[in-house]
Amino acid sequence: MFDKNTLDSYKPTDNKMFSRIDDEGVPLDKNWKPDLSSELILQSYREMLFERTADYMAVSYQRQGRMFTYPPNLGQEAIHIATGMVIKDDDWFVPAFRELGAWLAKGVSLKEIFLYFKGNEDASRFVNAKRMLPVSVPIASQLVHAAGIGYAMNYLDEKAAVFAFVGDGGTSEGDFHEALNFASVWNAPVIFVVQNNQFAISVPLHMQTKSINLAIKGLAYNIPSILVDGNDIFAMHEVIDYARKQAIEGNGPMLIEARTFRMGAHTTSDDPSKYRSKEEEELWAAKDPLKRLKAYITNNKLADLSNEDALIAEYKQKIDKEFEAAEQHPAYKLDDVFTHMYQDMPAELKRQKNNLENFMKDGGVK
Amino acid sequence: MKVMNMVQAINDAMDIMLTEDKSVVAYGEDVGVEGGVFRVTEGLQLKHGVNRVFDSPLAESAIAGTALGMAIAGLKPIIEMQFDGFVYPAMNQILSHISRFRNRTRGKFSVPAVIRIPYGGGINALEHHSESPEAYFGHTPGLKVVIPSTPYDAKGLLISAIQDPDPVIFMEPKRIYRAIKQEVPEEKYSIPIGKAKVLQEGEQLTIIAYGAMIREVQKAMVLAKQKDLSIELIDLRSIWPIDRDTIRESVRKTGRVLIVTEAAQSYGPAAELISIVNEEAFLSLEAPPTRLTGHDTVIPLPMGEKYYMISPERIMFEIEKLIRY
Ligand SMILES: Cc1ncc(C[n+]2csc(CCOP(=O)(O)OP(=O)(O)O)c2C)c(N)n1
Ligand SMILES: [Mg+2]
Repeated sequence: MFDKNTLDSYKPTDNKMFSRIDDEGVPLDKNWKPDLSSELILQSYREMLFERTADYMAVSYQRQGRMFTYPPNLGQEAIHIATGMVIKDDDWFVPAFRELGAWLAKGVSLKEIFLYFKGNEDASRFVNAKRMLPVSVPIASQLVHAAGIGYAMNYLDEKAAVFAFVGDGGTSEGDFHEALNFASVWNAPVIFVVQNNQFAISVPLHMQTKSINLAIKGLAYNIPSILVDGNDIFAMHEVIDYARKQAIEGNGPMLIEARTFRMGAHTTSDDPSKYRSKEEEELWAAKDPLKRLKAYITNNKLADLSNEDALIAEYKQKIDKEFEAAEQHPAYKLDDVFTHMYQDMPAELKRQKNNLENFMKDGGVK
Repeated sequence: MKVMNMVQAINDAMDIMLTEDKSVVAYGEDVGVEGGVFRVTEGLQLKHGVNRVFDSPLAESAIAGTALGMAIAGLKPIIEMQFDGFVYPAMNQILSHISRFRNRTRGKFSVPAVIRIPYGGGINALEHHSESPEAYFGHTPGLKVVIPSTPYDAKGLLISAIQDPDPVIFMEPKRIYRAIKQEVPEEKYSIPIGKAKVLQEGEQLTIIAYGAMIREVQKAMVLAKQKDLSIELIDLRSIWPIDRDTIRESVRKTGRVLIVTEAAQSYGPAAELISIVNEEAFLSLEAPPTRLTGHDTVIPLPMGEKYYMISPERIMFEIEKLIRY
């Protein structure tokens, strides 16, 4: 079990990474037993597979011109599904933008995600997800919001944690450091998860920082910090679960560096061959989180995963339905531009809206 | 002469200045190896070296603040804000220091830096990728602000900006980055900052615009011509300083003026231009100086953009109202 002793034995200054299974799905420690039941292990595998399938489909919808720019999640699924297994309805989720599986677990629908990348603000209503924040485009800016929510949780005496996500590139922004400092000073129940996928668009980690890892950045703020194998769902789950317990017991923030790899492009507009090698991609393909979990399941005979075609076909159907629902979402109206700027629309905005309406009556918008 | 789009023209201007002046450096997110997300700095690192064209860590405030440090220490940094919405984290450095250092030190230190910002909507982008923040900079004493609308102007204005002893915000209408191709001289030339350009002479109405809106106005002018309307078009080019002379001369002649900006209305560039019209040509006016601007709303995500972006038809609608007035 992951406990304080385990945490202490992974001092970021030692630059060791906490993992449970190796690339072939074999436990690194013979005495280790997963903290998940076989049922939950299989469920997490299916959720990772679903996330991956949805992600592939999203890229293909984009390629068909049915969606605008989309940031693939490929290779980072273990972090998302582990988070999804731990996060509760009452917990806050403060995302960046590349956490698909965790969004779904929080109750966001695929329809909403597709609608967002089709370019409609309605997507961020999150009809069935409580305490879920929308995409934060300005990198790392969301982390200070998380610290503020954490303060409110303490103040209101709510036993809930705040899950705040950022990428490796985001750790260079001032907001990252300010958020860690505030959360630490306020003992705020914030779990900072840095998805270190090795790149910020084209910029590799070694040009982003000279720190030996990213977890080490938490130490200066006196925040318990750990470098975790982000492609190992067991390790991720244990650490996140521990972090949440600490947070709701009043022990303040934690910083988790989840080491992973962005196996896809930065977004559908990006071409990674310009700035990284095939060798590097192959090296990480061997550490694919889905492949590793599948190997574990097969090694331990938890299930026969040799033929997943039927399952994937079923997922695809479901995903297509969600996409159709996004396409059938009510058309964007002129009012939608104005209505949500203020609770009560000021006269000046009404005037501007009327001007546009008059033009549309007379001159017309295509 | 060589046919170039705006991306190539800006790249060419940077290349010329990097070659000519060893104090010029260029950096920002993805500027080096990748050559920028819009490929504006493509090939420059390879040619001029990693000490002169490079990727910075992801932190706009530091990108701007370090540019100040470099500039007062003898370099001429050209920095890139990856998109308009990402200049906001750098506002503290730009508004609190870059714009003020000369005055604060009574001229002992100046900040000859160029801040390049691809800006504007109409590209089906996510939030914070379609902003028109020029008013913030125009409103900030100590900055110069330019916006080209053609490859030719982009090259000449950028060369002026790099040579300028003061900080220049150089905003690039990303929507027309590749839309317009034009013959551009291969050698170095400059276009003075602070000078507007009359793109079309006319008698009945003056339209003032800049950046990506120029192209939309030109399309509207085709419609106007079919109705035998004679319209003068001024490309402002320089948001600050503003060329009063060109505006005065034009509006005194036509007596009518329409300002078109993508930027939101309130306290925006159009308000400033109308004040200048009132100050300089009040007695010649035959109709109220009019503005057609973005709404005072957040610029919508792609599906709603058609209700925000200014179309040629909308411009024509306003032209006719003004002519009829
Ligand atoms: C303040 C800000 N600057 C620049 C950008 C443009 N941008 C979008 S994603 C990105 C890289 C982010 O890298 P990282 O934090 O590692 O996250 P990843 O994309 O790898 O998930 C950049 C520079 C932005 N969105 N916000
Ligand atoms: Mg990254």
